[in-house]
Amino acid sequence: MSVAASSRFKTLLPGAFLVLVFFGAALISFFYTPFDVETLNIKNRMLTPNAVNWLGTDHFGRDILSMLMVGARTSIAVAFIAVGIGVLFGVPLGLLAASYRGRWADEFIMRGNDLVFAFPALLIAIMITAVFGPGAVNAIIAIGIFNVPVFARLTRGASLSLWNREFIMAARVAGKGSARISFEHILPNILNLLIVQSTIQFSLGILAEAGLSYVGLGAQPPTPSWGRMLADSQTLTTVAPHLALFPGMVIVLTVLGLNLLGDGLRDWLDPRLRRER
Amino acid sequence: MLLYLLKRLFSLIVTLFVASLVVFVVLEVVPGDPASYMLGINASADTVAALKSELGLDQSRFARYIQWVGGMFQGDFGTSYTYRTPVAEMVRERLNVSLPLTLFALTLAIVLAFPAGLLAASRRGGAADSVVMAITQLGVAIPNFWFAMWLVLLFAIKWQWFSAGGFPGWGEGFFVGMKALVLPAVALALPQASILTRVLRSSLLDVLNEDYVRTARAKGLTRRQALWRHALRNAMIPVLTIIGLQFSFLLAGAIIIENVFFLPGLGRLIFQSIAQRDLIVVESVIMLLVFAVVVVTFLVDIAYAWVDPRMRRGF
Repeated sequence: MSVAASSRFKTLLPGAFLVLVFFGAALISFFYTPFDVETLNIKNRMLTPNAVNWLGTDHFGRDILSMLMVGARTSIAVAFIAVGIGVLFGVPLGLLAASYRGRWADEFIMRGNDLVFAFPALLIAIMITAVFGPGAVNAIIAIGIFNVPVFARLTRGASLSLWNREFIMAARVAGKGSARISFEHILPNILNLLIVQSTIQFSLGILAEAGLSYVGLGAQPPTPSWGRMLADSQTLTTVAPHLALFPGMVIVLTVLGLNLLGDGLRDWLDPRLRRER
Repeated sequence: MLLYLLKRLFSLIVTLFVASLVVFVVLEVVPGDPASYMLGINASADTVAALKSELGLDQSRFARYIQWVGGMFQGDFGTSYTYRTPVAEMVRERLNVSLPLTLFALTLAIVLAFPAGLLAASRRGGAADSVVMAITQLGVAIPNFWFAMWLVLLFAIKWQWFSAGGFPGWGEGFFVGMKALVLPAVALALPQASILTRVLRSSLLDVLNEDYVRTARAKGLTRRQALWRHALRNAMIPVLTIIGLQFSFLLAGAIIIENVFFLPGLGRLIFQSIAQRDLIVVESVIMLLVFAVVVVTFLVDIAYAWVDPRMRRGF
């Protein structure tokens, strides 16, 4: 088996499979969940996994499988929009910095990046929460802000080397301006890199959302969220460990799937970037 | 080198200045006036005004900013609205938990990552490599607070080797204090150790492809001898950068882990202060963490430039 093919079987396919399962579960939850997640059924509380409630019920008698399906929506939405914010602001900033390389605009953008990097996502979330109160939107903004310098740095770094290549020289000779060259010639050439980084930031976003919801800075009840389910289960781990087991496993498998998908995409899209030498 | 140092130092100061402005401005727009919050809704306007002037809240925003920043230079972080004690004292007390926890976790991560990374790189493609890579792949995917919950369930509740949470204080003795930090440090270290292992492995593999390693092999060294004598030292540069970055991530990440273990560190202080509208404490703790991140990044950059002169150009 060739190296590329073996890597596809080891990372790309399992990763894509896991990611599809969780995106699928989130989509299906819009039309169907085994049980309603907002109806409390105290009589059936903390049931262990059984034929009716496949993954058991929580301390309010809600079906855990159904809550995980709806919770996937929160996680995916927060991570997706946060990556979107990072790409939307970070990529143009990085392109701009690279096209003005070495001059004050470049310097200004890169020092701005350093400034944002000085605030870990958790600190941004804490500051936003102090002002507007907790909520899923704040988690999105906090993780999104954190993503901007990540994409700006990556875009700038990858673009810089391209600006010295012949085909860019040719475009300049043809009279194209910096902005047009950035979007028509630089961007398509760094797209692979951006796709791979987006997968990685997506998985980090899911972890960050879970962490923020866990400390109460993310999605608020009754919106089901994986992080909140873990927070609720914490005091009950001795009596009902399955309450903590399933949401955690779902987070691990989703993040694992995204990371494998990212590794696989990197090898597949651009073999020069292969790390698993 | 001197020019590079001065340039970096200048940008460090600018970053800290702008960061302090951002923190101050953002937290100034927080709804709810601390004085009326502290006195409750039944307080008369006079009492609120008196407390406001006592806390210095009746001064202009500009004056308060100058006072806050000027005070921090002298180690004076102001007075907590809620507890009426100096913020610097509260922060110092909490740092006594957060800083040892961070250093403990960082040490653990390094101690775990080095043998694992070396093993994986020296047996590249073999069974040991596959096992290490699979474990680290899991390590970066597991949320540390979830891992922490299982540590508590197993080691504190089931086998009762450690306490489930809280901190006895350093007055009880060094080992009693460290014992309380074992589980939180392990939980914090897991993802960092995984990242570090992967960085070390890939950095070693990069270096092993270099000409000087081939030369070392050609003069008769075994693969392992070449790894230890020549590759490891050169592979350290990216690894040191990551270790520097991790220090700040750990300090911030500790905020969540402190919540799992009810540790009286900076994280719990910050949440408590938000709930009580004790904004001066929130501002100061955030600024302190930002300061730590910026300074550590600066030191790593300087160390990097010192080791590798190529880094001094156009930073």
